[in-house]
Amino acid sequence: MYAFDFEKPKTVAEAVSALAREDAMALGGGQTLIPSLKQRLAAPSALVSLTGIAEMRGVCTGDDGALCIGGATPHAVVAAEAAGKYPALAALAGNIGDPAVRNRGTIGGSLANNDPAADYPAAVLASGATIVTNTRRIAADDFFEGLFTTALEPGEIIVEVRFPIPARAAYAKFQQPASRFALTGVFVAKTAGGVRVAVTGASENGVFRWSEAEKALSASFSADAIAGLSVPADGMVGDLHGTPAYRANLVKVMTQRAVSAA
Amino acid sequence: MPKDQGIGASTKRREDVRFLTGKGRYTDDINLRGQTHCVFVRSQVAHGRINAIDTSAAEAMPGVIKVFTSADFAGKGGVPCGWQIHDKQGNPMLEPKHPILAEGKARYVGDAIAAVIAETLEQARDAAEAVVIDIEELPAVVDMKAAVAGGALVHDEVGSNLCYDWGFIEDNKGAVDAAIKSAHHVTTLELVNNRLIPNAMEPRAAIGDYNSASDDYTLYTTSQNPHVIRLLMGAFVLGIPEHKLRVIAPDVGGGFGSKIFHYVEEAFVTHAAKVVGRPVKWTAQRSESFMTDAHGRDHVTKIELALDKDGHFLAIRTETYANMGAYLSTFASSVPTYLHGTLMAGNYKTPHIYVNVKAVFTNTVPVDAYRGAGRPEATFQLERVIDKAAREMGIDPIEIRRRNFVQPNEFPYQTPVAVAYDTGNYQATMDKLVQIADIAGFEGRRAESAKKGLLRGLGVNCYIEACGIAPSNLVGQLGARAGLYESATVRVNATGGIVVMTGSHSHGQGHETTFPQVVAEMIGIPEAQVEIVHGDTANVPMGMGTYGSRSLAVGGSAIVRATNKIIAKAKKIAAHLMEASEGDIELKDGKFSVAGTDKSVDWGSVCLAAYVPHNYPLAELEPGLEETAFYDPSNFTYPAGAYACEVEVDPGTGKVTICSFAAADDFGNVINPMIVEGQVHGGLAQGIGQAMLEAAAYDANGQLLSGSYMDYAMPRADDVPFYMVDHSCQTPCTHNPLGVKGCGEAGAIGSPPAVVNAVIDALQRGGHKHVTHIDMPVSPVRVWSAMQG
Ligand SMILES: Cc1cc2nc3c(=O)[nH]c(=O)nc-3n(C[C@H](O)[C@H](O)[C@H](O)COP(=O)(O)OP(=O)(O)OC[C@H]3O[C@@H](n4cnc5c(N)ncnc54)[C@H](O)[C@@H]3O)c2cc1C
Repeated sequence: MYAFDFEKPKTVAEAVSALAREDAMALGGGQTLIPSLKQRLAAPSALVSLTGIAEMRGVCTGDDGALCIGGATPHAVVAAEAAGKYPALAALAGNIGDPAVRNRGTIGGSLANNDPAADYPAAVLASGATIVTNTRRIAADDFFEGLFTTALEPGEIIVEVRFPIPARAAYAKFQQPASRFALTGVFVAKTAGGVRVAVTGASENGVFRWSEAEKALSASFSADAIAGLSVPADGMVGDLHGTPAYRANLVKVMTQRAVSAA
Repeated sequence: MPKDQGIGASTKRREDVRFLTGKGRYTDDINLRGQTHCVFVRSQVAHGRINAIDTSAAEAMPGVIKVFTSADFAGKGGVPCGWQIHDKQGNPMLEPKHPILAEGKARYVGDAIAAVIAETLEQARDAAEAVVIDIEELPAVVDMKAAVAGGALVHDEVGSNLCYDWGFIEDNKGAVDAAIKSAHHVTTLELVNNRLIPNAMEPRAAIGDYNSASDDYTLYTTSQNPHVIRLLMGAFVLGIPEHKLRVIAPDVGGGFGSKIFHYVEEAFVTHAAKVVGRPVKWTAQRSESFMTDAHGRDHVTKIELALDKDGHFLAIRTETYANMGAYLSTFASSVPTYLHGTLMAGNYKTPHIYVNVKAVFTNTVPVDAYRGAGRPEATFQLERVIDKAAREMGIDPIEIRRRNFVQPNEFPYQTPVAVAYDTGNYQATMDKLVQIADIAGFEGRRAESAKKGLLRGLGVNCYIEACGIAPSNLVGQLGARAGLYESATVRVNATGGIVVMTGSHSHGQGHETTFPQVVAEMIGIPEAQVEIVHGDTANVPMGMGTYGSRSLAVGGSAIVRATNKIIAKAKKIAAHLMEASEGDIELKDGKFSVAGTDKSVDWGSVCLAAYVPHNYPLAELEPGLEETAFYDPSNFTYPAGAYACEVEVDPGTGKVTICSFAAADDFGNVINPMIVEGQVHGGLAQGIGQAMLEAAAYDANGQLLSGSYMDYAMPRADDVPFYMVDHSCQTPCTHNPLGVKGCGEAGAIGSPPAVVNAVIDALQRGGHKHVTHIDMPVSPVRVWSAMQG
């Protein structure tokens, strides 16, 4: 680790101004950032912790009925407090990493990081959630821009994530055996506007919507409805833990399992 | 009622109080006055010519005391290999130098090129980044067959990547070839025994200290055998006489073999401490452990098994490529040869066996012994090929094994691969397994799994291992450059308490609990009266340390011998005190009595008399009560057993779940059943880890792809089932005083084939008839891909 300054502001405005400093970085739960600091892969001038900002922590219900999660809310809190209103999302949060990770890692950090094998991006994209930052609202469809890249501008902070509640939903995750991130994870959400299917872990371009499956499931919400579909192996990740063909298979199998569980 | 003291009691591990409450004292917990910190600059390329190293910027940085390169070790030796193998023609193996810091070339990613000593660890790290290494990357050799087929040379000066080409036993080859040629059936299997990274919980660490007033060196190190390190480092590397070098291996957090070896970092800190005039400390980071701890296994094998029409084994022929990595680690050469070839008979009467092993240098981390060391490799290929043969010939896999077992009345049994089994009963362990694994109920369980859409399979195998290594004169003939006895000193104090100094080293095994059980039983005093000291060459007589499941069988035997000497002397003292003749003295429950009388004197009084010899036969007997013994076994010990695994395969994803695992072991006599079960549990977890999860993977350029827990999958609690273990089949070892065989490695040796056999069985029963083998780890992608054909 290289030396850095540490700040823990109490308000979003204070955080925004602290982040204006050159090479300052936001710190959520530190579950991704601290390991990379330890490996000396990043050298921020300052870390600006967001976890002391009260307005960014907790789970509530918005006027429009959406589930609103503060950007600095740890996964364990989501697992506990979203369970009544959005069980599929709570179950996803409750299966991220281990208890230590869940008690420190935050939804804002996970989304800003946009690891191609992270779980939350699938839920956000399938739910058609809205990412609220200190400057604007970003629709999920416009937020994820490939591996580890998002629509966030430098210094922009995820303050809140707003999830409309689907009629039925489920997340089916196939764990990578070592990291237990998603080797492939599929979040399926049935909403008034149709079915949305978001896939994480599989594609070389990060989380994506499987539109063919969405169409078929919108017509008939059953595992059988996609029995005849397949995704091409082309563009799927190939690594120690899965070939592109294997991941393409998992996309379908996990989609079917999510539909059956929803 | 089960015993609560002594041999056979499940005494709770007394060392756990220390470990579980944070009171352990590991090498990194030790901080010496004036201590400096060391960080190694390691190669980032697998193979490269070092043109220049510029240390000037680093040396000018704050807190930096000195930057070392190989030039600082001119005239020093390389770290030696402890076992010389001779090839088929009788030529000695190639033995290139393994320098403390790379000389001229770097040979694997992680090879130490330079080292920075600074006041603080952060300063050393900062300066390490400022060391400029001009290195010209060379083509790397990673694949073993390519390496011997003319790839780049890892060591230019030895002219070949083939360390040795070993035939065992060369004289058997003709008979083996003939038997295979004329056999009714031959089953052939090509397989990989996957490369593993040890992952001890405690990373390696070392502190060197030099006292200029006395010219004494002290090395604190994470070692399983401090005397071996003292001998190798003192005599071969640094030229320090043993009486000027003290090696201390304090609490050590797991070794699994990886802490047997003499590593360059140990020699570095010892030498550097003298050069800089202050203690030098190094502790590996976890990523450093991944790329510098000696890896395990990494064999590529073709095995052929010849059978007659009834499934009797006629001959076995194997050809194995064994990866040595970039340098010969301390016992690397012995693992694929004498710890592997000698085990190829397994539990069976196969008259003709020939084993060929080609040991190969590659641009990867050195490979050496890892829990089981050679014996898992032997067991895996043998038990896999037997399973395949059984399927090909339509014989039940349990039945084909029973048909070929060495029968209980055939011991001692001389195998065609040099070793002679003293005792065993393989039918009994198989009977026990069939019972505890409820093999009869398998079909019912399979039907239940099928209802859930899952393919269930049953895998069974046997294993035998040779442990308690070993007779020194035998291993000496085979090329070992060390003796393999063990030592013990039993020191009785004036007030009756006992301290046992053992050459064995405990790094998780529980010696501090089990060894007192033995001594307490022999004398008849409470275990709490006996304490164990180990891990310090200044306190313990020359011992060989802990590996190869030898601590109780060899180290424990030395303790028994020393304790017998104590008892013999104590009886003389007791005889004097009671004015009786020595031959009439009996020792029972800590009391010496005169046979046929009610005269007695207790243990404490005899001890006091030995040290306060007022009433004592000083003319005939020295005062004091302290005895040392060395024990050199006359044979290996041969634990054996039968294992069964049931799995469910998810056909949609290829994911394998272990539903149950049963182990019926014969360890001979058991001192502490709870500790034995714990050792088996740990071994099974490691074997299941190898079979299901673990794989050290390199890319074609020699970069380690599985260099962290993000990609290297260790077994976790939910990856393994509740085990059913049994050790009630006991055929005591015939040649050591305790009748014990050793249990530390059995689980890791015996379990991988059971898992893979079960997966193949599940797929076969599920209609995937084309799948006859899947290499470990049987990961979801491999199983699914195999099913696709
Ligand atoms: C052992 C382990 C297992 C894990 N397993 C999983 C898993 O199974 N599934 C999974 O999805 N994840 C997993 N993770 C990742 C975990 O979910 C992290 O919490 C997450 O990736 C990052 O969140 P964080 O709050 O810790 O962010 P940090 O590490 O603090 O920050 C990550 C990045 O996001 C930025 N950032 C943080 N908060 C904000 C914000 N509010 N607005 C804008 N930018 C911000 C930071 O500047 C940084 O660039 C695991 C992590 C570990 C260590």
